[in-house]
Amino acid sequence: MRKPMIIVFAAGALTLPTALLAADPAAGKIFWNTEYSQADSSPARRCATCHGQDLTQPGRHAKTGKTIEPLAPSVNPQRLTDPQKVEKWLLRNCNWTLGRDCTGTEKADVISYIKTQ
Amino acid sequence: MTHSRRLLSILAISLLSLGSFGVAVSDDDDERGEQNQRGGWVQSRADVAPVTNATYGQECSACHIAYQPGLLPAQAWAQITEPTALSNHYGDDAALPDAARSEISAYLSANAADQSGQIRAQAFAVAPDANPGNVLPRITETRYFQRKHDEIPARLVTGNPDVGSFSQCNACHRGAADGVYNEHQVKIPGYGRWDD
Repeated sequence: MRKPMIIVFAAGALTLPTALLAADPAAGKIFWNTEYSQADSSPARRCATCHGQDLTQPGRHAKTGKTIEPLAPSVNPQRLTDPQKVEKWLLRNCNWTLGRDCTGTEKADVISYIKTQ
Repeated sequence: MTHSRRLLSILAISLLSLGSFGVAVSDDDDERGEQNQRGGWVQSRADVAPVTNATYGQECSACHIAYQPGLLPAQAWAQITEPTALSNHYGDDAALPDAARSEISAYLSANAADQSGQIRAQAFAVAPDANPGNVLPRITETRYFQRKHDEIPARLVTGNPDVGSFSQCNACHRGAADGVYNEHQVKIPGYGRWDD
């Protein structure tokens, strides 16, 4: 029962259900580790810079050093349950890391990757 | 009967532990806001009023400690919580939905340093010497902050991997999250207590 609920939520968050249908966790994993150079000459960043490569472990904010609770729903069941929260962090973190909004496909892929963790 | 007796003993234990906490913290620091009108016995030990707005606490503590509103004057908070300023928030993107942004902005301004009854919060109302152009104000650049930290060697803060910068209040001020900043609760990672 739990899994379909999450899919509905995530679809709502993205408002792109068609993109979600094609979501590819493997592509999401590549995206997770793709590094982007920064315009302000700070070190290059990728999702894993702050969240780590093992999503079941806590991460550390590259700038403030604050501990970030694990993103993997398997150890942190609250993750991906609040569509507004998902949308807010995708907006902020895509801007901060990629220097632009993420595309619908990128979002869908990365969410589908997180869900497998 | 046994029920009320149990209740009494719980009450007694609570009072006793409150009392010993009082002894532990009350023999120091003369600068804190004894005149705190909000009353609470323990609360009056805070140098700046603790964060009370849930939206602010939740949104802003996601990345750093939720700095108490009494650490900057209202004008500074207004500048920081402008939508464009939040999108480039000291080099990070902290954009917020407008409803949350307005609530947070109003809370910060209403409880800012220049609105506070607490002495140490009021000290933060004094703006830095100059704030050129669109540069966002910083707590660490207020005169009071700088005066209070001018004897701390950089190697213990910016050169200390467990601290990183003067913005990480809670790395050394163990009571920072509760608004307690007196020097007796300072413990610098890798160094220990700091006595002025």
